[in-house]
Amino acid sequence: MSDTGSNIVAQARGTDQDTAPVFAAEERILGIPKSRWPGILAPIVVGILIIAGWEWLVWYKSIPAYLFPGPLVIAQTLVSDWHTLSGALWITLRITFAALIAAVSVGGALAILFTQSKWLERSLFPYAVILQVTPVVAIAPLIIILVGDVNLSLLICAWIVAFFPILSNTILGLNSADHNLVALFQLYGASRWQTMRYLRLPASLPYFLGGLKISGGLALIGAVVAEFVAGSGGSASGLAYRILESGYQLKIPRMFAALLLISLSGIAIFLATSWISHRLLHRWHESALKRES
Amino acid sequence: MLAPTGGAEQGRAGKRPLVSIRNLSKQFSNGTLALRDVDLDLYPGEFVSLLGPSGCGKSTLLRMLSDLSAPSAGTIDWPGAESGDAYGNPEHSLGFVFQEPTLMPWAVTLDNVTLPLRLKGMKKPEANERAAAMLELVGLKGFEGSYPRELSGGMKMRVSIARALVTEPKVLLMDEPFAALDEITRHKLNDDLLMLWQRNKFTAVFVTHSVFESVYLSERIVVMAARPGRVMSELMVDAPFPRDNLFRTSAEYAHLCRLGSDALKKAIDA
Repeated sequence: MSDTGSNIVAQARGTDQDTAPVFAAEERILGIPKSRWPGILAPIVVGILIIAGWEWLVWYKSIPAYLFPGPLVIAQTLVSDWHTLSGALWITLRITFAALIAAVSVGGALAILFTQSKWLERSLFPYAVILQVTPVVAIAPLIIILVGDVNLSLLICAWIVAFFPILSNTILGLNSADHNLVALFQLYGASRWQTMRYLRLPASLPYFLGGLKISGGLALIGAVVAEFVAGSGGSASGLAYRILESGYQLKIPRMFAALLLISLSGIAIFLATSWISHRLLHRWHESALKRES
Repeated sequence: MLAPTGGAEQGRAGKRPLVSIRNLSKQFSNGTLALRDVDLDLYPGEFVSLLGPSGCGKSTLLRMLSDLSAPSAGTIDWPGAESGDAYGNPEHSLGFVFQEPTLMPWAVTLDNVTLPLRLKGMKKPEANERAAAMLELVGLKGFEGSYPRELSGGMKMRVSIARALVTEPKVLLMDEPFAALDEITRHKLNDDLLMLWQRNKFTAVFVTHSVFESVYLSERIVVMAARPGRVMSELMVDAPFPRDNLFRTSAEYAHLCRLGSDALKKAIDA
């Protein structure tokens, strides 16, 4: 049988391989694909123009630094006050990352639990929505009073802001597995755990990563907002507290320097989450593929 | 060359059916009667096509055969299943090919094909070996590490067929698997499917709305009508296997296609 079988195999061998899609193999400059360069250069040019115009305006109108400092003064302050500012940056980033990790673990775990039990989702999801829609500025003082420990309070506030996108996106992702694949798993008698591990979790990955991108920025915002609330109580020393403090002391360049650090942190978090997303999806997900047309 | 299997009538003599469907009905919760009083026997090793217009319940019948959907009335018995799998369920020696390739986009070809084996707890090296052999058989050697996105429609369907056959099922259920493919690719896949069927000797149940495809592939065509879905008539295709282009261009094929078209037309007008 095997002899005749292999004869038939040789005859009928499929050759529809030439119709496989072609993916762009691009020329690279400095290791970055050619088509990516405009997206990198354009914002840099705009940034340089704005900074130059700003410096020129401050110089031309002779605006004093305590009213509106130019970019050069801000850069000098950043260097001279680096000791204080870097300490504050570290505190803010620590809370941000702790909150993001908590958001990922609690949001992800709740999403898995909710998709396993409809009743759990029905009973608890509305409360997740309540946490999401209540402005964190409004509940932060309450949390600080109730919890006592300032760092833990800040963490809780930042977590409240950050966890919802992860939760709702992951739920959506876990439920979006191809229904025919679900049927296939059922056909082969897959256990709940196998369906979760081999089907629902991978299918939810793009959605989860979308949530992670949003939550990364929100964790930082949550940490800063909570610091502002707590900072007026005068017991924290993150970047937001430094901004408040500099405002009281009219050290406006330092205020700008702290603000700059917050923005840079936000950009770094966005780039990092985008990079993670690209690494995990670029082989298979439509959002990360480029087709030759 | 393989000896001709002969007509289904001959092949059937003295055999008891593998699957015996009696008075099978399916009513959806919205009241639609998808199937009404279907009686059908499937014999071991035969190639049966279910031919009919859309809405005749042929896909529903496949889903009930594979236990993905429960009948509203009637029975599906498996008297001819000598042995099931470890669970004793004959249903588990089924392979299913959907209308879409239904591959996991995050997994490479090899991992897609090993899935049924891995779900049954087979160790990775053994599963990989069997999947690689199956991929070679469907003409995809060298594509083990490709993601579904990197494959053409025909190649994806080949992966899907390899995945369905890797467990060496007794029955292969196919739900219009080639409907979305171009004619050239479709003909190639028809030939390869027949090759696999002759080699692995499974029972094939092929759902299609193409008369030409059903005549080319099957030993027996079950013509179904819609609203409510029911079996109208049966058509025997006695032409010997292996079938090839010669058969596709023969007068016999043209004649059988005409018979099939007439039967289908009757089913549509009914």
